[in-house]
Amino acid sequence: MSEADFDHPDIVLEPHGPMLVRGASTIRDAEGTLHRVERPVVALCRCDKSSRKPWCDGTHKVIPRR
Amino acid sequence: MRMPKARGPLSEWVVARLAEGDTYLGGSAPLPADQDDEAIALWTLHELSYRGFEDASDDAERNPVVVVVRHDLESSLERRLRGRWDHADRPNLPAAADVPAELEELVASDDGPSLADHVRRSADVDQVLELLRQRSVYQLKEADPTAWVVPHLPTRAKAALMELQFDEYGNGNPNLLHAHLFAKGLESVGLRSEYGGYVDDALPETLELNNALSMFGMQRRLRGAAMGHLAAFEMTSSLPARKIAQGLGRLGLDGDMVGYYDEHVEADAVHEQLAARDICGTLAEDEPDQVAEILFGAFTCLDLESRVATALFRAWGVER
Repeated sequence: MSEADFDHPDIVLEPHGPMLVRGASTIRDAEGTLHRVERPVVALCRCDKSSRKPWCDGTHKVIPRR
Repeated sequence: MRMPKARGPLSEWVVARLAEGDTYLGGSAPLPADQDDEAIALWTLHELSYRGFEDASDDAERNPVVVVVRHDLESSLERRLRGRWDHADRPNLPAAADVPAELEELVASDDGPSLADHVRRSADVDQVLELLRQRSVYQLKEADPTAWVVPHLPTRAKAALMELQFDEYGNGNPNLLHAHLFAKGLESVGLRSEYGGYVDDALPETLELNNALSMFGMQRRLRGAAMGHLAAFEMTSSLPARKIAQGLGRLGLDGDMVGYYDEHVEADAVHEQLAARDICGTLAEDEPDQVAEILFGAFTCLDLESRVATALFRAWGVER
């Protein structure tokens, strides 16, 4: 393997999944509430069905894919 | 922690040898009475490489006689696990790029009995406490078996595993270390929190699950299986964690144990992405011969969890 650098984006949209965000310290949700980020990588809900918005709770997996 | 109670001639022999340390020279181990005897013997030998026992010799870990027994028990366990995988209904091997999707499919098609559904809806307090005692065998060393794998991985998978493990270990804050959160949770529901505290209560299925994790973690050859296991584990964690938190609330077991499962809803929603794509996906691309191993590990995770669930439901007389 060559020793080129690797892609390592700060924001990743997972296929049929959440948005991973690296290195954020605060997130404002759709209602305008500010959330402190406690971990280096967070998963943000993109299906709008999470019980813990703005965080992903895995609910997208039980929603039929269109 | 002291060594566990023996469950037959083999584990009795192992416990006696470990207590002696380097003073013994040989003699072959007796055959195990059953899978229970075999499982507790291997669990005890593996534990020498984690925190050890106050009543075992510190020299025991690398004693050649002990290493031979450990090797034989691991070979027997690996044969059994591979036998189950060979018999599992599976399609042809996917291309490396399709490994994350294949993992998703494997997890989605898992129809093992759900302890989380039972906890959420109908388990009583005794059943939940029994489940937590079984889980404590792993959860009090949460992420430790996987830590062995770091040096065995190529660059991308290694960095991604560290990103995940850093979170498991509290991002550098001991108060947030997952095993510590679980220990506090045990105390909050009136259980003992000391490391290894409930090993004597562990079902053979619980021990087999823990032994597989340790074996996958410690052997470089089994790195793919270890990472496949991790992916399946993380991919089946956040939704069940939420159900367990709901069940604990239903039973009035509020407090730190709910906090532990709440933490896992959010943490494992991140970890499952890292494990399936950044760890298993890149490992499969960099080392294509690991594709089958990753799937074997993922299957084994789901299969062993299902066996624990089946054993508990049987013990409780719950029809699934």
